[in-house]
Amino acid sequence: MGRKLLLEHLNKANINTMEGYLQNGGYRSVEKALKKMTPDEVTEEVKKSGLRGRGGAGFATGMKWSFLDRNSGKPRYLLCNADESEPGTFKDRLLMEKIPHLLIEGMIVSSYALGCRTSYIYIRGEYMFILRILEKAIAEAYAKGYLGENILGSGYSLDLHVHPGAGAYICGEETALIESLEGKRGNPRIKPPFPAIAGLWGCPTIVNNVESIAAVVPIINDGGDEYAKIGIGKSTGTKLISASGNINKPGVYEIEMGISVEEFIYSDEYCGGIKNNLELKACVPGGSSVPILPNHLLLKMSDGNPRLMTYESLSEGGFATGSMLGSGGFIVYDEKACIVRNTWNFARFYHHESCGQCSPCREGTGWMERVLHNIEYGHGKMEDIDLLWDIQRKIEGNTICPLGDAAAWPVAAAIRHFRHEFEYHVKYPNRVFDEDHVYQPEMKMQKV
Amino acid sequence: MPKVTIDDITIDVPAGTTILEAARMIGENVPPAMCYYSKLKGSGGKCRVCLVKVTKGSEKDPRPMPKLVASCRTAVMDGMEVKNVTSPEVIEARKGVVEFLLVNHPLDCPVCDQAGECHLQDLSYEHGAAKSRYEFKRRTFETRDIGDKIKLHMNRCILCYRCTQVADQLTDQRVHGVLGRGEVSEISTYIETAIDNEFSGNMIDVCPVGALTDKTFRFKSRVWFTKPVYAHRNCTKCTGKVTLWYQGEEVLRVTSRKDQWGESEAFICNECRYDKKATSDWKIEGPAHVDRHSVISQNHYELPFELPVTQKKLQ
Repeated sequence: MGRKLLLEHLNKANINTMEGYLQNGGYRSVEKALKKMTPDEVTEEVKKSGLRGRGGAGFATGMKWSFLDRNSGKPRYLLCNADESEPGTFKDRLLMEKIPHLLIEGMIVSSYALGCRTSYIYIRGEYMFILRILEKAIAEAYAKGYLGENILGSGYSLDLHVHPGAGAYICGEETALIESLEGKRGNPRIKPPFPAIAGLWGCPTIVNNVESIAAVVPIINDGGDEYAKIGIGKSTGTKLISASGNINKPGVYEIEMGISVEEFIYSDEYCGGIKNNLELKACVPGGSSVPILPNHLLLKMSDGNPRLMTYESLSEGGFATGSMLGSGGFIVYDEKACIVRNTWNFARFYHHESCGQCSPCREGTGWMERVLHNIEYGHGKMEDIDLLWDIQRKIEGNTICPLGDAAAWPVAAAIRHFRHEFEYHVKYPNRVFDEDHVYQPEMKMQKV
Repeated sequence: MPKVTIDDITIDVPAGTTILEAARMIGENVPPAMCYYSKLKGSGGKCRVCLVKVTKGSEKDPRPMPKLVASCRTAVMDGMEVKNVTSPEVIEARKGVVEFLLVNHPLDCPVCDQAGECHLQDLSYEHGAAKSRYEFKRRTFETRDIGDKIKLHMNRCILCYRCTQVADQLTDQRVHGVLGRGEVSEISTYIETAIDNEFSGNMIDVCPVGALTDKTFRFKSRVWFTKPVYAHRNCTKCTGKVTLWYQGEEVLRVTSRKDQWGESEAFICNECRYDKKATSDWKIEGPAHVDRHSVISQNHYELPFELPVTQKKLQ
């Protein structure tokens, strides 16, 4: 059994209430940080821990904190990005729903480290029931004196607010989140300036994912060095993985960084193997935005060693043979899954969620979706596959925010690794609707 | 003063200048701009046609930038080296953006009042492919009135956000913005509120395409059959410096004066634009300078022959 730092007390009684949380050692990090540590020491511990942003990009959290402009004379803000909307990712939901105080505890310690007087949790509108859970927990924390004026007599004061989004994926992009929180249309801003210099209301702002902020709690409790001992290389600590798709045990798992992908899929502790004794065909290891990998590339790296669940190992080989850990939305496909349909489904999502601010993403996402729809429903042409490749190439990297890249990568990877399936759809437009259609011999997937 | 090199031409510019502004100072091979407007705060960065490649970040940090950057929103650093037309990658990306812009833009130039002074028309002539690879239905909207003098053809809109910035920055109450998202987002007045203030007409001038047109000029003539003349009057609200567009003795429309980048030199008020359409209202300065490469600058103002439509109108 791997160590669990975030979900350790998940199944304890009343863990969602203040009493239950305190009985299981809650708010120790607040006592420790506010009474015994300076804000800089807290930041130093986070740096030592090697914690990387859990929202998808994997940028070092301590490093991000050190970019915060501390000498501007303006108020500073910490925003928690709880706008978890990536298809395939549902880890923050579990964390906030079951152990809301863990996030609040992390927010207090992180806000203390950054010197924030007011902090916000921006939660997606679809999680309205979690918003109520969080608000209840925040009220409990105010009552206990963990929030408000002069917390625990330390002289540090913090107000924490929860703010719901209105149902846009794009508001998970940090500058769009800031715009939305300011009450404007959620369009991403053009960077620079980065939020650490000019964010919410033009003030220095840090935006962190729910899981990153929650991970600050064990880092302060046990020390950054202890946290860094878990994992391999620059991927330290534990990571929540939302496993879904054709597996026996879908759900949220906390893994130690560095277990192998094979172990994660097949061991009974985690996914428990592929459903119905079918074979593994492909996997999207980090949420819908990251490239899909076929089985032979997923389990082994290019040097023949097993691929591990770390930031580096999953991205080994670049996009030609690798993918990304992303936000940990682990979607598994068995041999019967249709990659074209799946790619169309993702493209449809990005088409729906593009904010419409910059032209390549606004027009390109809709175009890709329509071409993919044609191929999937048997109206495709061979040149459509090259057209798709060309469209995604012209979106990628040319947009204001990463949504353009996120829309382009899944299409690119599907064509890169499963071109034969697209061709099959074009060649045999009628066969793909059969319930148990069998691919032609040359279409068979590669065995590991 | 930072030194920047664009397409092998070096220039010293004031600190904080953007790459696009620096290129305009050089005056050659200027990246096109569909959404950037130097007179509007916060404009730019959206259309992506001004993408350039930064091959050297600065003297201090010579690493190239990993992606193409929007030249209108990227400030130059000392020692920066930029490739615009000399980079095949930039040309390729720009072609891609033009194709994207034309995906949902109707090719109704024959009946569009903007034809002849349309930036998208020029841009697609320079960069676009002759044939579109898009074979699906385009998005469509009903035409609408924004105020009593402005017609909105949302079909033609490329969502540059310039008009919303005019509404935001030149006028008191903002009643005009973008609704919806993605390719079906649309410019709109909030809950059908008509825009009613003295500078709203400038939205027509900043529109790079024919999405916002002057209802007093609609279908009166083709732009290239009218003769631009500089004129001014004493106006209490604006500078009063305008361009009059004549056909024969008749002033068909009044616009602000455009500089060589197609931007208004000074915004004008609605009284000058809509209500002063007699030569006697104005002091004529002389023929307008039209620096752009559109048909207007070719000096063919006369109709080659009488068109049925104008004959009918003159009767």
